[in-house]
Amino acid sequence: MPLLKNGQVIADSWTALAEDAAPEGDVIVSLEQWQADRETLRAHNGRLGLRLKSDQSPAELADDLGRFDLIALEFPRFGDGRAYSYARLLRERYGFTGELRAVGNVLRDQLFFMVRCGFDSFEVADDKAVAGWQEAMSEVSVLYQPTGDGRQTAFALRRGAANR
Amino acid sequence: MYRYDEFDAAFVRQRVKQFRGQVERRLAGELSEDEFKPLRLMNGLYLQLHAYMLRVAVPYGTLSSRQMLKLASIARDYDRGYGHFTTRQNIQYNWPQLQDVPDILDELAEVEMHAIQTSGNCIRNVTADHFAGAAADEIEDPRIYAEIIRQWSSLHPEFSFLPRKFKIAITGAPNDRAAVRFHDIGLQVRRNEAGEVGFEVIVGGGLGRTPVIGTTIRKFLPKQHLLSYLEAILRVYNQLGRRDNLYKARIKILVQQTGAETFKDLVEDEWQQIKDGALDLPAEEIERIEAYFAPPAFETLEANQPAFEARRFEDRDFARWVRSNVTAHKAPGYACVTISLKPEGEAPGDASAEQMEVVADLAERLSCDEIRVTHEQNLVLPHVKLTDLAEVWETLAANGLGTPNVGLVSDMIACPGLDYCNLANARSIPVAQRISQRFSDLKKQHEIGDLKIKISGCINACGHHHVGHIGILGVDKKGEEFYQITLGGSADENAAVGKILGPAFSYDDVVDAIESIVDTYLELRGDGERFNDTYARVGAAPFKEKLYAAA
Ligand code: HEM
Ligand code: SF4
Repeated sequence: MPLLKNGQVIADSWTALAEDAAPEGDVIVSLEQWQADRETLRAHNGRLGLRLKSDQSPAELADDLGRFDLIALEFPRFGDGRAYSYARLLRERYGFTGELRAVGNVLRDQLFFMVRCGFDSFEVADDKAVAGWQEAMSEVSVLYQPTGDGRQTAFALRRGAANR
Repeated sequence: MYRYDEFDAAFVRQRVKQFRGQVERRLAGELSEDEFKPLRLMNGLYLQLHAYMLRVAVPYGTLSSRQMLKLASIARDYDRGYGHFTTRQNIQYNWPQLQDVPDILDELAEVEMHAIQTSGNCIRNVTADHFAGAAADEIEDPRIYAEIIRQWSSLHPEFSFLPRKFKIAITGAPNDRAAVRFHDIGLQVRRNEAGEVGFEVIVGGGLGRTPVIGTTIRKFLPKQHLLSYLEAILRVYNQLGRRDNLYKARIKILVQQTGAETFKDLVEDEWQQIKDGALDLPAEEIERIEAYFAPPAFETLEANQPAFEARRFEDRDFARWVRSNVTAHKAPGYACVTISLKPEGEAPGDASAEQMEVVADLAERLSCDEIRVTHEQNLVLPHVKLTDLAEVWETLAANGLGTPNVGLVSDMIACPGLDYCNLANARSIPVAQRISQRFSDLKKQHEIGDLKIKISGCINACGHHHVGHIGILGVDKKGEEFYQITLGGSADENAAVGKILGPAFSYDDVVDAIESIVDTYLELRGDGERFNDTYARVGAAPFKEKLYAAA
């Protein structure tokens, strides 16, 4: 599956840690692996990533988040939107500044919502999402909700206009 | 009325263009129906038994005459000359072609309308009291806040893929005409002891197969916190609402399963983290929106209008219509007119393009250019001078819109039922038609007075039978259509879910059963007692006795 970052397909330097394998290089671990082997993993001298299923809230590990350079949140189905909330909490509440990756069933028409919630890399289902990236980022420019993404909302722009 | 500024206009245009692209990709086969489905649903486009259905939002039920004219021309150009007004103050077209839908949306954008979030598991079009801005009992116009919520909820990046659809209703008056206790979130404008205006927040109400009366989780929420509080509720629901079972996915089930107190704590904890942040509503912003809903310049009139009184005295038909279809207005010399879309023998809520044009013309000339859609599937001219009522009535009557039955037996809500819906156990609309024929004597209907009958063809409860004074539910008994009757439901400030009376009735017998119940009520009612008052006083026994003794 192509990995998209800033609209470009990039090579993935990360690998998922296989069951019972020793970590090597940049590895992504599951929550279960992390819970079972926290101390060993903490001592790993490469970068660590964490992959969470859609029923695993990052709030549970708020204290551990500093150890991770990447967090991957799963979207098992188009309609399962829990990870949008998790992403905002990670960025806006827990101050996570590493790579936030959307994985699973990631389609072109979700990309902009994901970006607005704080995701910055996308393991997309197919090339349609790659081809559609530019358009997906620009087709709706009027935003009504303040999220942590720094974009100006209609509300802020109206106030700006009123104060000018 | 609210008017789009450059931002809103650009937003809706961009959204239409985006959907046009999605339709093109679907027609070109780049999107499968499975992939297209969630996208079309976010634009109000359903695939039904026979064809696509497009649901267009009427935000908080308010329309200008220009907008109504556009709805009429769309009905004529893209449908079969009809539109159907729904129980959520929207309008549906039943026969659009997929390739035409982007053009329809472009035409709607010309009059500042859209179909965004009228379907799908997102925050749906916010509904409000249909007499907002006109009602005598109002604390503040709820549409100000409904519009603020509309903007905040439009393509919300975090809440576009909720466990299930999410409906918010708001009323500005103590007499609840918006059924706020039967919504995922209900907001009731309240004044606190210090005289400040804010909201009572009610969560977890709903109908469907598990009817629940919402729970108040906050008695008073100051205005500036409206959006942060809503965001806190939605964030809790988005994370914890069930996604494993369609019928347990609404917030009402989450509130039941976690317990109202715990749920409230979860919301309050989340809210503490985000209040006083970017979602805070400054007073200037509320005032900016409020200015759009400033009352029209009402003339200074006498409350008593002799010409009107004389006509009412002379003309029994006019007097009858006034009694059922005209309601008090806050400005002296004015009234609110409810236009019945329930003529005898027609499907509730349908209006032809010609009828929409008649209503648009009356609104422009005689109702300060405003029209409302009610959740009981009628239309309202909110600001009519008493002295214009006769002309309004004559014009309506000449166009099949003069039925004097608002709030009466024949002003029923009925879901599409077996004739149109593949989930149905039984027909609904023909039952409604037979009831209205049985009670076709309008004089009798007026004697019976206020009585809400609501009919659903199955337990999904689209016809709101749980909250009918008399509710009728289609059930399946060995492959035959049967109807279960409930009594005592109510959607207003005395919210109640109706109780099952006894064994169900066949299609042939159900109308007799309703008549028997009405007769029992007429025999037993005390002075000024409405149906639910009598039922509360005497209980089910006398109704049952008469009903089942005969059988
Ligand atoms: C072919 C037609 C229809 C089908 C298949 C259908 C299907 C359903 C289903 C499955 C539910 C249950 C949803 C849930 O519990 O979350 C439902 C609820 C509902 N539907 Fe329909 N429906 C149809 C037409 C209509 C129409 C025409 C209206 C309004 C005029 C309507 C209004 C409602 C309402 C108000 C609910 C209430 C549940 C709630 O919000 O608590 N439906 N419908
Ligand atoms: S109540 Fe049942 S029969 Fe009626 S429209 Fe809804 S799903 Fe269909």
